[in-house]
Amino acid sequence: MSDTYSGDTTLGITGEHAISSTAERRAVVTSPGATPSREWVIVTRGLKREYDMGGEVVRALRGVDVAIRRNEYVAIMGPSGSGKSTLMNLIGCLDTPTAGEYWLNGVLVSKMEDDELARVRNKEIGFVFQTFNLLPRATALHNVELPLVYAGIPADERKKRAKEALEAVQLDNRMHHKPNELSGGQRQRVAIARALVNRPSILLADEPTGNLDSATSTEIMKVFESLARSGQTVIMVTHEADIAAHARRVVVLRDGLIASDDRREAFKAQVGLA
Amino acid sequence: MPFFEAIKLALSQIRVQKLKSFFTLLGVMIGVMFLIAVVSIVEGMSRYMTEEFAGRILGVNQFTLRRSPNMQFGDVSEETWRAWARRPRIYPPEAKQVRDALPSGTHAAIENINFLTAESVFARPRQVMSVGTEPEYFDIKKYRLTSGRAFSEQEVLRGSPVVVIGVDVAEHFFPNLDPLGRELRIVGQPFQVIGVLEKQGSLFGFSLDRFAIAPYTSPIGNHINPRGDIDGLVVQAMDEVVLGDAMEETRGVMRSIRRLQPSDPDNFELETSAGALSFFAQLKGKLVVFGTALPAIGLIVGALVIMNIMLVAVAERTREIGIRKALGARRRDIMRQFLVEAATLSLFGAAIGIVLGAAMAKLIAATTPLPAAVALWSVIAALAVGAGVGIVAGIYPANRAARMDPILALRQE
Ligand SMILES: Nc1ncnc2c1ncn2[C@@H]1O[C@H](COP(=O)(O)OP(=O)(O)O)[C@@H](O)[C@H]1O
Ligand SMILES: [Mg+2]
Repeated sequence: MSDTYSGDTTLGITGEHAISSTAERRAVVTSPGATPSREWVIVTRGLKREYDMGGEVVRALRGVDVAIRRNEYVAIMGPSGSGKSTLMNLIGCLDTPTAGEYWLNGVLVSKMEDDELARVRNKEIGFVFQTFNLLPRATALHNVELPLVYAGIPADERKKRAKEALEAVQLDNRMHHKPNELSGGQRQRVAIARALVNRPSILLADEPTGNLDSATSTEIMKVFESLARSGQTVIMVTHEADIAAHARRVVVLRDGLIASDDRREAFKAQVGLA
Repeated sequence: MPFFEAIKLALSQIRVQKLKSFFTLLGVMIGVMFLIAVVSIVEGMSRYMTEEFAGRILGVNQFTLRRSPNMQFGDVSEETWRAWARRPRIYPPEAKQVRDALPSGTHAAIENINFLTAESVFARPRQVMSVGTEPEYFDIKKYRLTSGRAFSEQEVLRGSPVVVIGVDVAEHFFPNLDPLGRELRIVGQPFQVIGVLEKQGSLFGFSLDRFAIAPYTSPIGNHINPRGDIDGLVVQAMDEVVLGDAMEETRGVMRSIRRLQPSDPDNFELETSAGALSFFAQLKGKLVVFGTALPAIGLIVGALVIMNIMLVAVAERTREIGIRKALGARRRDIMRQFLVEAATLSLFGAAIGIVLGAAMAKLIAATTPLPAAVALWSVIAALAVGAGVGIVAGIYPANRAARMDPILALRQE
């Protein structure tokens, strides 16, 4: 792991987005049991996820320490099978770790029960999937309303907020369309609107452009870019270097471990994009 | 997820899969249909019994002094039969003594009944229910005449051959004619028609208008009871209290006439509608139990089909469940979604079953002598049963859905 940029000032970079320094991150991930301060949206310590495949244990994550500060825009990269999705699912509270700590907004979620996790997913997390995961028979509007339904928001306010979210992704004229009446890019924008409608503290995206052509991918990346610029914490998995280059910080996974975690300039240099 | 949201979702699910929903609901539909039909007919019969049969035929606040019971409910032993046959007959003088002892305001009339052959010059002979009685009988039965008059005490004393007839008798023997003053021969004896009764309708398909009423002392008397005894003395009291008094009086008079010792049992019968009603109440209970056993099987089959369909629905919608969970649905939200769906589905079937069952009951009532009345309680019960079947059938599939792992669910194609 490169320490080239340790000691960097992390906040207040004009025109650029905030990024935490390696030293700060190291400090927060190496104190087991300690509650991280609130500016750390995500802190994992020794996060492990193992799958028992009929006697044979698959170690998808073998001890991941990662700390992400509010407003950061982080790309997660790595070869197929390196554990990216597993890590995203853990961060997104869709899954629970075999071992290790996961703190979200200063709350230990790695020990939570099913229904508590559901509340966290509803309130704190917006998830964008590669395969969109929209309800096929529901309109765009209704799809966007869903998180608010489970948040117990009254119908009127739900509609209003869902409309606003769709307007924010320029889909106000497609609200009553079903997913099969929308293009891939439009579907993914519906998914983004849905992920953001409940104002989550983090926006997670697992290969959001994986099913899109390159023009549409660029369009979707612009949406994430502007969200990050407006202060939304974004964590995105991708295996395309040029897409990762949009992020300020790049975490590379290899065999269930973090191989590098650095500013994108370092990453660019590494992959020859600079 | 709010309840209302779950119902909307369930209805849209039914709308999307109309045909499948229909077949799913067949069991519940048929079960509820028969439930409603059976209960309606039992209820109709029971209402008929209490209001029509007990009220009109047996009479409210009425009893009849008889030698032995006219109506036997349940099993009567050979021995009882023989004891009844040994009882002395009742003759008009005894009836008179009883009548004299009755509280004032009560009506009493001798009632002798038999089917006798009647004929007129206009029509073929026919069996007619013939009643030999006294003028007060018309008060007791609340009979109204559409034309003519009832007979008088004098005519009873004289044994006049006069007769008051029901509309069926009038129409049969005097088609398109005014029967008043005309001759009706009963068992070969000429009777003069002096009155026609208002239409009475029918009971279990039997016409209540096919009868003739004449003084018990008239020539039909000999044919109904050749020995000169009477079938019964009908007594009508004003209310329940007077009825009790009248029965006690009657019992006292009869026992003293017959010189019965205190230890002797009555050798006569005071028959009221109470016996009939309690018998019908018992019968109704049995009919309800028996009649609901069959629909219950339909409901069980219906529940199994719904459970199966819901399991399929849960499997087919695994990804949807995953999406909902990823967006924050808790176990209870998913549970509720599928329970409400199963219950709505089943309620829908029950509602159709209620309509069909009511229609079936009405159809049966219209085409057979059986009466039918759709009771509100049976509709409410059917709806409750419908929802209950759905919920019971939905628990297992809903629970399976609620416990799904979100990631595995999302991975499903
Ligand atoms: N549910 C599972 N059961 C068994 N093995 C799994 C499961 N999910 C992921 N894995 C394994 O864990 C490793 C990491 O998978 P994943 O996180 O999906 O990788 P990536 O998203 O980086 O391609 C792989 O070897 C994969 O086969
Ligand atoms: Mg993956």
